[in-house]
Amino acid sequence: MATMISDGFDDPVMQTQAVFRAVLDATARPGRPREVTGPAAPPEPMMPGTAAVLLALADLDTPLWLDRAMAGSGGVADYLAFQCGAPRTDDPRRAVFAAIADPLAMPPLDAFALGSDEAPETSTTLLIQVADLRDDGGWRLTGPGIESAHRLAVDGLPDDFVAWRTGGRHLFPRGTDVILIAGRRLAALPRTTRIEE
Amino acid sequence: MSVVRGYNFAYLDEQTKRMIRRGLLKAVAVPGYQVPFGSREMPLPYGWGTGGIQVTASVIGPDDVLKVIDQGADDTTNAVSIRRFFARVAGVATTERTTEATLIQTRHRIPETPLAEGQILVYQVPIPEPLRWVEPRETETRKMHALTEYGVMHVKLYEDITRHGRIATSFNYPVLVNGRYVMSPSPIPKFDNPKMHRMPALQLFGAGREKRLYAVPPHTRVESLDFEDHPFEVQTWDDVCALCGADDSYLDEVIVDDQGGRMFVCSDSDYCRQRRDAGHAGHGGPSDLETVERGTP
Repeated sequence: MATMISDGFDDPVMQTQAVFRAVLDATARPGRPREVTGPAAPPEPMMPGTAAVLLALADLDTPLWLDRAMAGSGGVADYLAFQCGAPRTDDPRRAVFAAIADPLAMPPLDAFALGSDEAPETSTTLLIQVADLRDDGGWRLTGPGIESAHRLAVDGLPDDFVAWRTGGRHLFPRGTDVILIAGRRLAALPRTTRIEE
Repeated sequence: MSVVRGYNFAYLDEQTKRMIRRGLLKAVAVPGYQVPFGSREMPLPYGWGTGGIQVTASVIGPDDVLKVIDQGADDTTNAVSIRRFFARVAGVATTERTTEATLIQTRHRIPETPLAEGQILVYQVPIPEPLRWVEPRETETRKMHALTEYGVMHVKLYEDITRHGRIATSFNYPVLVNGRYVMSPSPIPKFDNPKMHRMPALQLFGAGREKRLYAVPPHTRVESLDFEDHPFEVQTWDDVCALCGADDSYLDEVIVDDQGGRMFVCSDSDYCRQRRDAGHAGHGGPSDLETVERGTP
């Protein structure tokens, strides 16, 4: 049976550049939400922001791990296979990107690739879809990229998330980098960012 | 300037840009750590800024305003050709004014005008490995970074003190980023090192021949290595800029005649112009000082 694969970027070169700059800016200023413009109607349950980041950064060199909710009936996997050509992996330790639609059921952060002390860049970047992202309260973030402190309120993460981050801090430079996504908004939590509840 | 046809936007192909972009994101996530990347052949030779150009090509967008400097000046060969390159392959606006630029590619200087939030500074880096002169093996330097094994860097600075009575390193002066990685600031004069500390702009570094990317996020600690009894110091001059009278900028020595006459002028051509536009003037003539500490970039 033929299935329709929905559209990717209208203007791949320029949109990819704009999405990358938003992600770069978000990573350089952890917790500051940024808006991205991506594919209008990616397959459920993938949010437009998640689709935009993966279309901009994933390709045949980046094994992709999808959680059960994201893998779903296969629509997202087919879409990403067609639009990015990224191979899928079932092993989170091999993933360059992980896309998570149901964070409450996600494995702990140390189940993913953490990189090594000699090559910390070989760690997984997690794209975690959440219900809401606001910078008017919630966590207090400090670290590189933050002048004094940023605030970030996130709805829909597991209760243990902050403990996972704090527990993995002594591993630095090993560690995962996280991009939180709500619709078209995204905020980054690189491994250097300290979170206080 | 007309945009050349037949090339992708900003010259590089999209897969190369994605690879560099992923590397840059990891570089920002681990400040000061050198991320290996698949450096491409560029239409100018290694040593002419191919690393910086590949970073700029991966970051630049149609709304950016690009400034390129070489030793502080916008009108030197390297700066002019790189600026022309991006005007032709990306069609972006260019400027010589530091405050108007969103993206600044630099060889060997940081502008005197303080950079702001939202600007990106791209450094061209010849030798990214600060430990290279004390340990030639890449396998060893990787381990040394992994284990924070940096004692040998202090030995090198100490040897300077025993030989010269002071730390004689005047450019490419090693820094410690966010208290973790020893990093090469590229061959900027040590005069510029303090500007890197908690800079509001994002700093990206590209080494084309050595195939390394690294980064310093905004507002990040960047400390120059030193000793309690030999604290880090920057260069000073006894003269001021002959053109604008600045006493707070990095000065280049220029030979002006066959009798050894010389004058000192700002290395940052935009800063000097800003000051002259604001009505400042220097003494205009050759320096009459006999002994002036040489700036040695």
